Amino acid sequence: MSQYTVGIAGNPNCGKTTMFNALTGSRQHVANWPGVTVEKKIGKIKTDNDSIEIVDLPGTYSLTAYTQEELVARNFLVEERPEVVIDVMNADALERNLYLAVQIMELGVPLVMGLNMMDEVRKSGKNIDSDKLAELSHCRVVETIARNNTGINTLLKASIDLAKEKKGAWTPLNISYGPDLDPVLTEMERLIEAENFLTDKVPSRWTGIKYLERDEDVVIKGRMNNSELSNQLEDMAKKVGEHTQKTLNAAPDALIADYRYGFIASIIKDVVSYPILDADRISRSDKMDKVLTHTFLGPMIMLAIVYVIYQVTFTLGEIPMGWLESIFGWMGETATNILPEGHLRSLIVSGIIDGVGGVLGFVPLIMLMFLMISALEDSGYIARMAYMLDRVFKIFGLHGTSVLPFIVSGGIAGGCAVPGVMATRTLRSPNEKLATIFVAPYMTCGAKVPVFLMLTAAFFPNNAASVMLIITLGAWAMALIVARVLRSTIIKGKSTPFVMELPPYRMPTLRGVLIHTWERTWEYAKKAGTVILGISILLWAMMTFPQLPEERIASYEAQRTPLTSQVEALTKSGQQEDLANLEDKIAIIDNTEAEEAVRHTIAGKIGTALEPVSKLAGFNWRTNIALTGGFAAKEVIVSTLGTAYSLGEVDVEETEPLSAKLVADPLFTTASAIALIIFTMLYAPCFVTVVTMARESSWTWAAYSVIGSTTLAFGLAVAAYQITSAFL
Amino acid sequence: MGKSICLRNAKINQKLKIISVTGDGELGRRIRDMGLIPGTEVHVIGKAPLKDPVALRLKDFTLTLRNSEADNISVAILED
Repeated sequence: MSQYTVGIAGNPNCGKTTMFNALTGSRQHVANWPGVTVEKKIGKIKTDNDSIEIVDLPGTYSLTAYTQEELVARNFLVEERPEVVIDVMNADALERNLYLAVQIMELGVPLVMGLNMMDEVRKSGKNIDSDKLAELSHCRVVETIARNNTGINTLLKASIDLAKEKKGAWTPLNISYGPDLDPVLTEMERLIEAENFLTDKVPSRWTGIKYLERDEDVVIKGRMNNSELSNQLEDMAKKVGEHTQKTLNAAPDALIADYRYGFIASIIKDVVSYPILDADRISRSDKMDKVLTHTFLGPMIMLAIVYVIYQVTFTLGEIPMGWLESIFGWMGETATNILPEGHLRSLIVSGIIDGVGGVLGFVPLIMLMFLMISALEDSGYIARMAYMLDRVFKIFGLHGTSVLPFIVSGGIAGGCAVPGVMATRTLRSPNEKLATIFVAPYMTCGAKVPVFLMLTAAFFPNNAASVMLIITLGAWAMALIVARVLRSTIIKGKSTPFVMELPPYRMPTLRGVLIHTWERTWEYAKKAGTVILGISILLWAMMTFPQLPEERIASYEAQRTPLTSQVEALTKSGQQEDLANLEDKIAIIDNTEAEEAVRHTIAGKIGTALEPVSKLAGFNWRTNIALTGGFAAKEVIVSTLGTAYSLGEVDVEETEPLSAKLVADPLFTTASAIALIIFTMLYAPCFVTVVTMARESSWTWAAYSVIGSTTLAFGLAVAAYQITSAFL
Repeated sequence: MGKSICLRNAKINQKLKIISVTGDGELGRRIRDMGLIPGTEVHVIGKAPLKDPVALRLKDFTLTLRNSEADNISVAILED
């Protein structure tokens, strides 16, 4: 039984994730690369004789040190020395995909090329001679179509065979980088080998290339290892750079790239043959782009797609949501009937079932949202959204790819700011990244959806979908405006390059979409079972203790006793009118007692203390408690409001939906609802997001965001409440 | 070969050939990573609704870049 590690590298949009899923099935484990928040997926498979660990590397076009993804991929190859690397390539764009392969070959790691998407190649009329490619590149080449599992087993077998044959030995590719660089590189190699400089990890020629390319990461490591030699190499690179700049008007890194492409071109001309007659054929994808990115139609269609996603989610999602609601309602009722009255029943019914049920009730919504977003992502449409929106984003000091963090955070409602903030890693300008991190949590994340949904259902029942659309667009507007303000004040600076692939439109695969949706949904549900369960219990305790002193309870009891005996007397004589009157009186006493009880608790005291200030925005003490809880996780706003209102009322009404209770509360007006929507949209992100923000930027920046956003949120909520109250 | 112009000024569907790429550092690296090097044949297939960025068709695939980045690329017009 042998153990092998296989790395999967490849460009973005080459079907790498599909290939990884096809190779590993459901046996995946998701973690983070050490020190960074780039997602690391590992899958373990067993064949008859071998146990293989498959590591999915981040999708990159190159192995430079400009992005965290590229560094992670490169360091994995260098530090962990996998037995084999599979480079998954979009064979339809073989030339560009070979650019990454050549860089892996320069390093020398045993390489298997997976020529993926062969179906598209055949459809386009091209012909690829993969045997010739193997011969010219000295690598194993396997043709695959990952989306229907074609060639997967051959690819795996080729990889294991290569691993067994190479036994960890690296054979770096030696190509010429031209008459100017070659002599310098040879001299560098000699010096590097003489002092065994970094040679325990990487080939000497590779180190030389990286010095010529002025690769920051390698140079820094080199300086720490042997500063004298490092300085010498840096000087050599600088000198030849000045020379090539003068004579060829190009820096060494540009020359190296040119020669790599030259090498690739020499391979391509013998490997790929293009159809002669089809030269002017407009591809289906280009035809679709004529409509989908059209000056007028494009933005209209984009808006329509976002709207359709809402409609589908809400109309379809309502059905399973109803089932879940009844299940949790039934569980609550059953627990109430079985358990004796007291703290335990209160804990289970109000703390656990209501709290967790309120959150899990939204799982169908989140599933539907992600089903559609994953499909859009896989189809290539999200890249078109970035393309169409970049001009707008640039105005606000952001980048077209900021659209991805925004959408993942909930730009199309239902995302989550945690992966959204993580997605800012694709932004390489620190300034644009900081701005995006700050404002991405304004988007309507899956946890805010229930809050907005509950409020719109209560106060705008006839226009729920339209109001939800307005909320989402409002979040975008606020995010963009705040980003602009940030980019012209505390984080000024130039914008980063927007050079991005527009992948051809593809039909998303059911498996890919389902796996993605499952991952996201599970992430959300797991949060409900852990963090939110804990918080629900904590909040229940805060809203139950300390209890009213004995004499207050006795006093309410004393008020009630004479009325209760009167009721009994009247029931016997059958005087209906007076009976109803009396029962109303009892209810008033009950409610007053309940309210006093809740106000007496820790939460009540906090909420009441904040009320004089929050009143400006129309928030009562119950809202205050909910919003404080919302810092832990936004969905807690709903469950806490639910608990706060149900604790304040009598048993019979407990199953009544929260929306109806809010409408019935005379102190909670439409103006309060609007102010609450605005405040929830903008105030401090949940603490999980804050931790992620700190990890992606710094604690100072995360603190800025919490304080800045909450101040802004309160200011706008007050303005909205005051203005709306004046008009309504 | 036709006259040399800046990529920004190229019209939609003109056949072009890249003559030089001047950006250095990260911008240059990014442009070259995507296969935009001297000798490559390209044509502009479309512009975003607000005329920026542009969609550029290479032999095998499509990419997009901003006008301000296209300023670093000079091209020759092969055919109108």
